[in-house]
Amino acid sequence: MTDIPDSAEAIRRRGEGLSGPSSARIRKKRRPLNVPLTSGVALVGSVLLLGILGQVFWDPGLAFPAEARPNMPPVGATSLRGHEGTWANPLGSEGSGRDMLALLIVGAPNTLLMAVVAGAISTLIGIVLGFIAGFSRTYADPVIRLISDVAFTIPPLLILIVVQSSLGSVGLYTMAVLIALFEWPRPTRQIRAQVLSMRESGYVKTAEMSGASAWHIMFREMLPNLLPFLAASFILAVSGAVLAAIGLEVLGLGPTRIPTLGTTISAAIDGAAIFRGMWWWWAFPTLVLVILFSGLLLINIGLDTISNPRLRKGAKNP
Amino acid sequence: MMFESPSRSVSDEAALQVTDLTIRYATDGGDVHAVEALNLTLKRGEVLGLIGESGCGKSTAAYGMLRLLQAPGRVTRGAVRLEGEDLLSLSDRALRRRRWSKAALIPQGAMNSLNPTMTVGAMFNATMKAHGYPAGGRARRLGELLEKVGLPLRAAELYPHELSGGMKQRVCIALAITLDPVLVIADEPTSALDVVVQRTVVQTLVAVQRERGLSMILIGHDLGLLAQAADRIAVMYAGRLVECAPLAEILNAPRHPYTQMLLDSVPTIGRQADPDRAPGGIAHDPRNPPPGCIFQLRCPMAQQLCRDRAPAWTGNLAHGVACHFAPESTVTS
Amino acid sequence: MRGPSLHYVVRRFGIFLLTVWVSATIIYIVPRLAPGDPVQATVARLMADSGSFPGAEQMIADWRERFGLNDPWHIQYLRFLKSAVTLDFGYSLVSFPTPVIAIIARALPWTIGMLSMAIAISFSLGTLIGSLMGWEHTPRPLKTLFPVSMIFTALPPVLAAVFLLFLFSSVLDWFPTMGAYARDAEPGFNLSFILSVIHHGALPAGSIILVSFGSWALGMRSMLITVAGEDYTTLGKAVGFPPFYLLYRFMVRNALLPQFTALALAIGSLISGAVLVEAIFNYPGMGTVLLGAIRDQDFTLIQGATLILIVTAAFTVFVMDLVYPLIDPRIQVE
Repeated sequence: MTDIPDSAEAIRRRGEGLSGPSSARIRKKRRPLNVPLTSGVALVGSVLLLGILGQVFWDPGLAFPAEARPNMPPVGATSLRGHEGTWANPLGSEGSGRDMLALLIVGAPNTLLMAVVAGAISTLIGIVLGFIAGFSRTYADPVIRLISDVAFTIPPLLILIVVQSSLGSVGLYTMAVLIALFEWPRPTRQIRAQVLSMRESGYVKTAEMSGASAWHIMFREMLPNLLPFLAASFILAVSGAVLAAIGLEVLGLGPTRIPTLGTTISAAIDGAAIFRGMWWWWAFPTLVLVILFSGLLLINIGLDTISNPRLRKGAKNP
Repeated sequence: MMFESPSRSVSDEAALQVTDLTIRYATDGGDVHAVEALNLTLKRGEVLGLIGESGCGKSTAAYGMLRLLQAPGRVTRGAVRLEGEDLLSLSDRALRRRRWSKAALIPQGAMNSLNPTMTVGAMFNATMKAHGYPAGGRARRLGELLEKVGLPLRAAELYPHELSGGMKQRVCIALAITLDPVLVIADEPTSALDVVVQRTVVQTLVAVQRERGLSMILIGHDLGLLAQAADRIAVMYAGRLVECAPLAEILNAPRHPYTQMLLDSVPTIGRQADPDRAPGGIAHDPRNPPPGCIFQLRCPMAQQLCRDRAPAWTGNLAHGVACHFAPESTVTS
Repeated sequence: MRGPSLHYVVRRFGIFLLTVWVSATIIYIVPRLAPGDPVQATVARLMADSGSFPGAEQMIADWRERFGLNDPWHIQYLRFLKSAVTLDFGYSLVSFPTPVIAIIARALPWTIGMLSMAIAISFSLGTLIGSLMGWEHTPRPLKTLFPVSMIFTALPPVLAAVFLLFLFSSVLDWFPTMGAYARDAEPGFNLSFILSVIHHGALPAGSIILVSFGSWALGMRSMLITVAGEDYTTLGKAVGFPPFYLLYRFMVRNALLPQFTALALAIGSLISGAVLVEAIFNYPGMGTVLLGAIRDQDFTLIQGATLILIVTAAFTVFVMDLVYPLIDPRIQVE
């Protein structure tokens, strides 16, 4: 490396290394707002808020079948049969007489909850295996690497199809655990690679040579620096879990009794909503999912700029 | 002990003239003054050693001269005249034609300076092709160049990862002289190599320079190594030129306290390097250089005057010093 | 160009075999851990559908014998592994006596054809756009325009499929809603058939392209920026190569290597996505087969179809691993 591209980096790093309130204050004041991260959190937060506020201001009981007049369009729209939407079901109702608004209010938090549980479990497995693999000098690394290489090639959805079609109907948490059991190779790979490259860095080497224990290095030296990366890995696992859940639900393998965004869309497809002009049946849950996915993606981009400062400046022309 | 500067034919005609070169790095906390109003001159056939500790801006200056700075670095002022033509004001197209045929670079990192997906031969061929070297003569030229730097002909078929560090650096040297440039800037060409290889690579470099009569800027932080090749030494500190003089004067009678410090840090037979005086890094915030002399915070002889007023450059472009308390030069230039 | 080392090929092939073995084992074990007997359940359901019929007991015993369910488990397991190797998965429980492999053989080519077109387009489009986004000489308007085209990147392919089906089939009626070619098209190598196949495959493939090219673009952009900062690119610039030559021979060429690795890693999720998209469009590929099999609880078909898809994924990755050393000269020494 020349010291050209590095010197700005080195100076920044030197600035961050300075302990003391003054430098921390300067950095805080000058660091621009992380726009992707903030807007991503806002988007995911708004989905969560829909669930929380909805429980207060709307009747979640309307999410059961036959609680509303079926096939009603949203307010301001007219269905192909000539019905006009009413305020009784502001977002309309679906084929079996569930209120769409109530479905979103109940379904969105369910989907999010399931994904967060699955994401947390698979990230946790990833952290444990990734660190063991990254730190072992004996068998553990090649073995874990081989297992995750193999597991990575197997599309989780396909195995989950077999599992869930054998199990029949599953609950929300069972589904979360099942998804996590087949999603862990991704975080494991990412974290192992990061641990390995970090172990090569100067400060970890220094700590190692000064005789610090492996635990100290892991938890005191590496984990704090890995945090933005682990957070990004977790967010990726969460969106992976939503993706897997939607896939299973579209194939009719989701939880049957509890409404989620995916089961609602699945019901819409089964009910030929697309060709019956009942766009509200699939469009509203899809919209919420789009918001959720965009939010997660933005959070990830935001975390990426934190852990990889090189992307901050982009490809600006000198 | 006296040092003799290596003798070679140096003409009086200036090949390169750098005036007022100023480079800034934009950072979150303000602009870093990477290079401040740098003036240099280089005669045809002359080797100028540019020395200073890491981060002093010597490589930045070199890359700035060649218009190779990457964001957030940028040249804010100055001119770089190569054979009278200012590189900094050329159009992109015109600059591209001057590149390598007039001014070549031997990069610092032997490790990563060669495209990993190109064989050595492919790189030479592409270089010659890009500058219109006749297709018929390329193979012969490649063989000639490899031989000149002591590489076997079959090296042309190898990828960079199949070469050792020393071999890669030789490839870079050969590549630099492919089109017989006027100027070669060698950016710490040996810093990534082990000591024995360093020596042979420097010898290769010197041999090539003499044979072609190249004007060369040799950048380094090791005075001992530069002394093997340079006619003249320019010393930089914190983005500024503090002293510039013929090699013999730098070694025998340095006039700037920082030059003295660098000299003291070189161990010679019978004398250990003085650990207390070893260079220890730039002491001030590079975004806010202090008023007065740039070296005041580390200078053993700093006075109130140094804190109040920056010393002016005394002497000429080729030979001078920036210190309030510099002794008279021992040689006339 | 020197080929990959034998050790490398052997290791990759080992991973391929291991992948197939592990997934075959999971696929074999899991249904047997679940409560209930698949055959009994299927017959019970058939009875419920068609009303009770005489000789049901006899039929169950008959079927158990025919499907080998009376043998000890390790015999059954070995037989299953054998079936995975010989691609003979027995008969479909529901469409008896159609062999599972016959159903798969009809569907798999459609999936492979549609998906490989989708991947080829999305990968090259994404890589091209990503390169331009990361390149310093790209005109500014283009640079601001590209991210706008990626608004669907965050979406699961199946949702894009629903959206495209609604917009282009239901509302605009530009594309057919189902099938792989028009009824009146004569299958074979003739223009109207090929056009019909493209017409029918456009939306399924489009759904996958729409949601995936953006991630290739983003990956390529960040790799390109990294490569643009490498010493060899700086040297290339110093040599005076024209900007476009620098872009493709120095930057893109090197940034492609991790892109290619990422593609190999994404094969699994691309196949999953394709399965779901096909299910939405009733495209006669593996997705529609699986959807039907799940609805009918046709276990032999589910097992066969998933295993074939996993073998396809693993084999694709294996082939890509073999091709990789040809584009990255450094692999040979590892």
